[in-house]
Amino acid sequence: MIDPEMEFYLDPSRCIGCQACFHACAECETHRGVSMIHLEYVDRAESVQTVPVVCMHCEDPACANACPADAIKKTADGVVQSALQSRCIGCSNCVLACPFGVPRYIAPIDQMMKCDMCYDRTSAGKRPMCVTVCPSGALTFATREEIEAKRRERPMNAFVFGAQPVRTKVRMMMPGAGPAREVDVEALTALSGALADLMEALP
Amino acid sequence: MARLPQSPEALIERFGPRLAEAPASGWENRDPDRLVKTHCSFCGLQCGIQLKVKDEQVVGFEPWEEFPVNRGMLCPKGVKRYLQGGHPDRLLSPLVRTDGGFREASWSEAMDRVVENIRRIQGTYGPDSFALLSGASLTNEKAYLMGKIARVALRTKNVDYNGRLCMVAAGTASRKAFGIDRAANPWSDIPLAKCLILAGANIGECFPILTDYVWRARDQGARIIAIDPRATPIARSADLLLPVRPGRDSALLNGILHVCLARGWVDREFVRDHTVGFDQVEEAVARYTPERTAGITGVPALLIEKAAEMWGQAATGMLLHARGIEHHTKGVENCLAAINLCLATGKIGKPGSGYAMITGQGNGQGGREHGQRCNQLPSGRDIENPAHRQVVAERWGVPEPSIPRTGLASTEMMEAIHRGEIRGLLSICFNPIVSLPDSDYTRAALEKLEFFGVIDLFMSETARHADVVLAGSMQEEDEGTVTTAEGRVVRIRKAVEPPGEAREDWRILCDIARQFAPWEKFPYSCAEDIFRELRHVSRGGPVDYYGITYARIEEEHGVFWPCPELGHAGTPRLYEGGRFFHPDGKARFHAVEYRPPAEDVDDEYPVILTSGRVVSQYLSGTQTRRIGPLVQQYPEPLVELHPKLAATVGVRTGDRVRVTSRRGTLILPCQVVKSIRPDTIFIPYHWAGEKSANRLTIRALDPQAKIPEFKVCAVRVERAS
Repeated sequence: MIDPEMEFYLDPSRCIGCQACFHACAECETHRGVSMIHLEYVDRAESVQTVPVVCMHCEDPACANACPADAIKKTADGVVQSALQSRCIGCSNCVLACPFGVPRYIAPIDQMMKCDMCYDRTSAGKRPMCVTVCPSGALTFATREEIEAKRRERPMNAFVFGAQPVRTKVRMMMPGAGPAREVDVEALTALSGALADLMEALP
Repeated sequence: MARLPQSPEALIERFGPRLAEAPASGWENRDPDRLVKTHCSFCGLQCGIQLKVKDEQVVGFEPWEEFPVNRGMLCPKGVKRYLQGGHPDRLLSPLVRTDGGFREASWSEAMDRVVENIRRIQGTYGPDSFALLSGASLTNEKAYLMGKIARVALRTKNVDYNGRLCMVAAGTASRKAFGIDRAANPWSDIPLAKCLILAGANIGECFPILTDYVWRARDQGARIIAIDPRATPIARSADLLLPVRPGRDSALLNGILHVCLARGWVDREFVRDHTVGFDQVEEAVARYTPERTAGITGVPALLIEKAAEMWGQAATGMLLHARGIEHHTKGVENCLAAINLCLATGKIGKPGSGYAMITGQGNGQGGREHGQRCNQLPSGRDIENPAHRQVVAERWGVPEPSIPRTGLASTEMMEAIHRGEIRGLLSICFNPIVSLPDSDYTRAALEKLEFFGVIDLFMSETARHADVVLAGSMQEEDEGTVTTAEGRVVRIRKAVEPPGEAREDWRILCDIARQFAPWEKFPYSCAEDIFRELRHVSRGGPVDYYGITYARIEEEHGVFWPCPELGHAGTPRLYEGGRFFHPDGKARFHAVEYRPPAEDVDDEYPVILTSGRVVSQYLSGTQTRRIGPLVQQYPEPLVELHPKLAATVGVRTGDRVRVTSRRGTLILPCQVVKSIRPDTIFIPYHWAGEKSANRLTIRALDPQAKIPEFKVCAVRVERAS
C-alpha cells in the first residue's frame, strides 16, 4: 500500500524541461531501460514551457474502460497499473482513450506501458523515481499538509474535457489566487505569450 | 608534428564517439554488489549520487537523498552518467602515434617518450618551452599536483587550465572587490532572499537542481529577475525578464544601480562602514539613466526601473551570475558592476543577502584554488607576491627563486605555440579544439607542436593530435575531493578500479614528476597523502583548508572553506558583519564604464552570435557525446533564431542555415523560436568539427582575466541551399 497521506503533485509552472524525470523513469529496475513517462514542449516556437506527462491515475480510468483485454487494473489505493503483460494485445485503444495522452504503445514488445506511480517504490515507502530526481519541484510527492505549507499554488484534481469531467489521484497545482476551480483544458491551450510579446517588441 | 595520423573517420571508427545505450551489466540483472556514495562529475554543483557497482563495474545509480544539497535531485546528465561504465570507447592502455594511426604501447615505452620529449624540448628551447594544460573537472588533489609539477619538477612557468574558459572573470572580480574568490553565500541562503537577480545564468539547463532553490524563494514571496537575451526555462517563470542585448551587461547593471541611487535605495551606513570607493561608482552610474541604458542595452527603460524597484526595496536579496556576464572582454567589469549593486544596497554577508557566481565545471571552484593557474600558487596565493612565494617555497622545501613567475594563460598558449615559444605540451582533462574560441586556429597550433602528450579517458578530438596518449582515470576510479560552487569541499569516492591498463591520473602525474624532481618532493602513496600536503600548504593562506580532513567531510556532508583549524566549523557564509578579506577588512567598489564588445555587428556581419550549453551535454562533450540517451535528447546543435530574423533570412524550423563569422562558417539546422532576441542567434558549443560553434567565435580576451568573449561576436545568417 502507498501511504494514504502521500499525494503526487504536478506543477508545470516549475518545469524546466530537463528530462531528468524521463531518463530516471527508465532506470527503475522493473522498467529495464524503458521510460513510462514523457516530457513535452507545449509549443516550442512560442515558449520554452514544458510539461512532464506522468499518469494522472484517474478515478474512473478511460484507458482501463477502453481496454478490450481487461489488461489495465487499478489497485485498491487508486494506482492505475501499466498493462498486464499476459493480457495486453497491443491494440492501442488506451493510447487513444486517455485524455491526458499518457499511455504509449511500445512497438518492439507489442505492448502498452505507462506510469504506475513507481508502485514498487511508493508501496515500499519511497518516493517515485521521477519525483526523487526532479530538480525543480515540478513533480512532488508529499502530504497535503506539507504542500500547503510550502506552496502558494493550490492542488486540484477535477478536469473537464469538453463535456467530460475527469477526477484524478494526481493533483495539478494551479495559481493560488481566486477560488479553486476545475481546469478547462481547452481554454488553457491559448497560451499567454507575455515573454514572446516582449521579445517581439524589442528595438 | 601533431597532425592527425589518420582521417577523422578512421579515428572515429576506432575510438568513437560511440553511444552507450544500456548498462554494462545489461538491464536484466543489475542488482548491485554495493552502492558508493559520491558526486556527479558534470557541473559545479556536485550533486550527491550513489553509484551502483556490480561485478566491479558502474552499472547504474540510486538517488542519495541524505546529501543535503540536492537531496536526491539530479539532472539528466547525473541520471545517465553511469553509462560511461564499461564504455566501448574507453582508453584501456597507453597509445603511441605511428605513421598511420595509434598503436598500443607499454607504460614504460609511453612514459619514456613523454619524459624524453620534455627533456629534449626544455633542454633545447628552455624550461618555459614546455607547457602543461590542465582541467577544472579534476579533483583538488590533481589540480594541486599539476601546479606543483610545473613549478617544482618541470620548472616551467607555463601551466594553466580550462577554468580560463569558465570562471576566471568572476574570480578576478571577487578578489578585487572582496579580497577572496568564492561564492559569498551557501545555496541554502537562496530561499531566504526576497529578491533574486539571475544575471546570465541559465540555471534550468546548466545548474538544474538550483532551480528548486529559486522556486522555493518564489514560494516565500521572492521576486525573480532574469537578465538574459533568451527566455530560458528559469527566465520563463521569472517575475521580470530583462532581455539584454549580448555584451551590454555592465551598462544594464549600472542602470539598475542608477535607479536605486536616484530613489534612495542605498544602504549608506553599510557603504560608509564597510566599503571603499563608492564616490567614484556614484559618479559613474549617474550617467546611466534608464533612457540612456535602454539605448545601449536594448532593454526597455520601464523594465530597468522595475528591476531596481524589486531589488532596491527588497529586505534581502541575492545576485547570482554565471557565464552569461562572464564570457566577455569585459567579463571582470560585468562582475564588478554586479558586485557594486550588492554592496551599494548592503545585500551581502547576511542570511538571504549576498552574491554568488555559479561555477560551471565539476571542480570549477577547487580547480581554481590550488595552483594550476599560470598566475597562482596553491591556496589562492599570488605567484608574484614575495611573501606568498616564500611561504610556498618553504613548505615545498625549494628555494624561492626556483619557483617560476607568471606564465601564459591557456587562451594565450595557443598564440605562443604559433609564435614558436611553446614547443611541447602535456594536457589533461582539456579538449581545447572544441572548447577554445576560433577552433581552426587552435588546431593549427596543435599541428605545430614538436611533442604533444595527452592524459585522458576517451580519445577526445584534441587527443587525436597527440604523439602519446596516456590512459587515465574517470572520476569514479579515484579517491579525492572537489570543492563545489558554494565552497563546500566534498569527497569523490573510488567506486571501481581503472579498467584494463588505465591508471589513476595522480599516479601517472607523480611518475612523470619523479623523473624531474627528487622522489621526496612527490612522496605520495595515495590521494589522501596529497590532500594532507595541500591542507598544510594552505594553512594561513587566502584559501585555508587546514581544518578539513577526509573523515570530517564524510561525517559532515562536506566542509566549507575557510576552515583554518580542525575544530573550526567551516564558513558557509562569507563577509558576515561586513568583514571582507582585504587587509583593512573593507570591500572595494570599482567604477565601471560600459565599453562595447570586441566585435560588434556591422553591415557585413549584422547579427550577434551568442553561445552556451544545453541541459543534456557537458562542456566539450568528450563524455556526454558518448552517452546515448543524452545524445538522443538533443542530437546536434540547432541555431536558435527569432521569427523576425527567420523571416528576413527566409527559413523555417528545420531548414539549414549558413552562419558565417570572420573566423569560419557552419551549416546547421535552425529552430525558429520567440524565446530569443530578434537581433541575436544562439548556438550551443558542445560539438566538434563541422558542428563546432567555436569555429565562429572570436579570440578576444578580457585583459585582466584572459577569458574569451564566447557570448558575443558578429555573424551573417543565410539560408543554406
